[in-house]
Amino acid sequence: MLRTSRPLALAATRQRPIPIIGRGIFSKEPPQRPPPAYPGHIPLNWFEKAFLAVGSAVVGIANLRRGDLVAALGDTTAGPALPRLRDVMLSDPEGRRILRDRPRINSSTVDMVWLATLPDNTFGRAYVRWLERCGVTPDTREPVHYVDDPELAYIMQRYRDCHDFYHTICSLPVSVTYEVALKFFEFANLGLPVAGLSAMFGPLRLNATQQKRLVTEYVPWALRCGSTSKNLIGVYWEERWEMDVDELKKELGIWDPPPAIWPKKLTEAARAKKADAMAEGRDVEV
Amino acid sequence: MHARIIRSATRTQFLRGSSLIHARYNHSAPPPAPNNNDTTHFGYRTVPKEEKEALVKDVFSSVAKSYDLMNDAMSLGVHRLWKNQFVSLLDPGSNGPIKCVDAAGGSGDISLRILDHAREKYADRETQVTVTDINPNMLNEGRRRFKKTMYYNTPQVNFQVADAQALDKEVFPDNAFDLYTIAFGIRNCTSIPDVLNEAYRVLKPGGTFACLEFGKVENPLMASVYESYSFSIIPLLGTILASDRASYQYLVESIQRFPTQGDFAQMIRDAGFQTGEDREGEGGSWRDLWMGIASVHTGVKI
Repeated sequence: MLRTSRPLALAATRQRPIPIIGRGIFSKEPPQRPPPAYPGHIPLNWFEKAFLAVGSAVVGIANLRRGDLVAALGDTTAGPALPRLRDVMLSDPEGRRILRDRPRINSSTVDMVWLATLPDNTFGRAYVRWLERCGVTPDTREPVHYVDDPELAYIMQRYRDCHDFYHTICSLPVSVTYEVALKFFEFANLGLPVAGLSAMFGPLRLNATQQKRLVTEYVPWALRCGSTSKNLIGVYWEERWEMDVDELKKELGIWDPPPAIWPKKLTEAARAKKADAMAEGRDVEV
Repeated sequence: MHARIIRSATRTQFLRGSSLIHARYNHSAPPPAPNNNDTTHFGYRTVPKEEKEALVKDVFSSVAKSYDLMNDAMSLGVHRLWKNQFVSLLDPGSNGPIKCVDAAGGSGDISLRILDHAREKYADRETQVTVTDINPNMLNEGRRRFKKTMYYNTPQVNFQVADAQALDKEVFPDNAFDLYTIAFGIRNCTSIPDVLNEAYRVLKPGGTFACLEFGKVENPLMASVYESYSFSIIPLLGTILASDRASYQYLVESIQRFPTQGDFAQMIRDAGFQTGEDREGEGGSWRDLWMGIASVHTGVKI
């Protein structure tokens, strides 16, 4: 596998590990953590990662609003999946461009206004339409904290940033049933353990009808479509705003799931808009 | 296809929250070189004195809603035992009704225990407690707790926003109180001597100063376990339960920075209080609870 050369400074060197018990007996100094490898990095030892994984899984499934805990679960359980995704990205020129540019997705880096002006059947327009229909914004993604290597941390961040694109391209709203369906899709496509865990335990939060619909209609689609389509981590979505959606789906090998029932909008985007307006002292239009 | 992007987003990382919070995530250095007079410690960071109050206020505004849950999770419920023991040791109401002030007492834990103890043991319904806290959010949580009890809207309890380092002379006149308590609050204050001096001022002669605070564990094995637990588990519990690692990292570090029991007892004496002998235990200046994880310091104004 041909690797592009990267500056060695980017590779995190695993510095002295943080011992768990026994240090206090011998030293007067408090525990030292290695310095962070990137902004937002919180180095943890294996015990802390395990504790966080279990804790965030338990509380995350109990309280579905804790997106930060699902993020923590993802960071701590990623393991060998991230290097594998890096290899996938490196094997493709598009993936290599992503790793070189390291683009982020939020309302400062993506021109939402321009996207809304694009023709109707383009991917960019579909994305903005999906955001409005669901009432969400791309700004509420939790940053990566617990992955030690900066490049792998970026790949994890990229996965999280692109989650909304997977929603768009598969035309799925954000309620729990469809999120779980999308997790099945992501697990089949990307192989991340957190997607598998969410897929396994997510259905516990659904009632019987929802579970039945999930299992009979969406899971077969998700697994089949996810496993046969192109590995989506290597897709440079920002280069494809003006591409026709159907062409894009054909290129990626994705077909539509059974039609979804769209719930009412979440308040995320409206709240973000209100907060911005209040911060600037403007009048708030509800 | 050309990407249309407003700003080049190469290698930008959008930090969540303020850089202040991020700076707090990762400090791992032990206490730095001695401060000059304008700075003090905030956990392991050195900050200008004026800033510490605002930083501590941020911490407590952020933890206020989940304060009780976090205390239970971090101490596995043991903090209740400590507070019970603290109030039993003080035995309020044993010499008749008293006027108490509970500083940094926003959550209402100690004040409620004082009133309950006086009522249950001595049928005392005249003892009064003034609950104070510098943080209005914490005080509101305390008010909410008291609303569930029989003491709310009675003369037995009143709530004041107050800075323990500079108590308002009208609300807290000299020689006015019989008992001054401060539980798990004094380590958050910028200047401990100021708090002690104000406590001395507002207490009547013969009044008692009592402080429940985290201490140093001398036993090496226990110290090691305790330290690992503090620095590993507690910030993670903060992340998991309260979505706030930074505040709990601060709390754990502030415990480490607090003077040892002996040093603190000396500070109490320096403020003018009479304490027991310079040792631990019955007749001493302080009592260790759970091998020194927490300790009760008492002093009397002569």
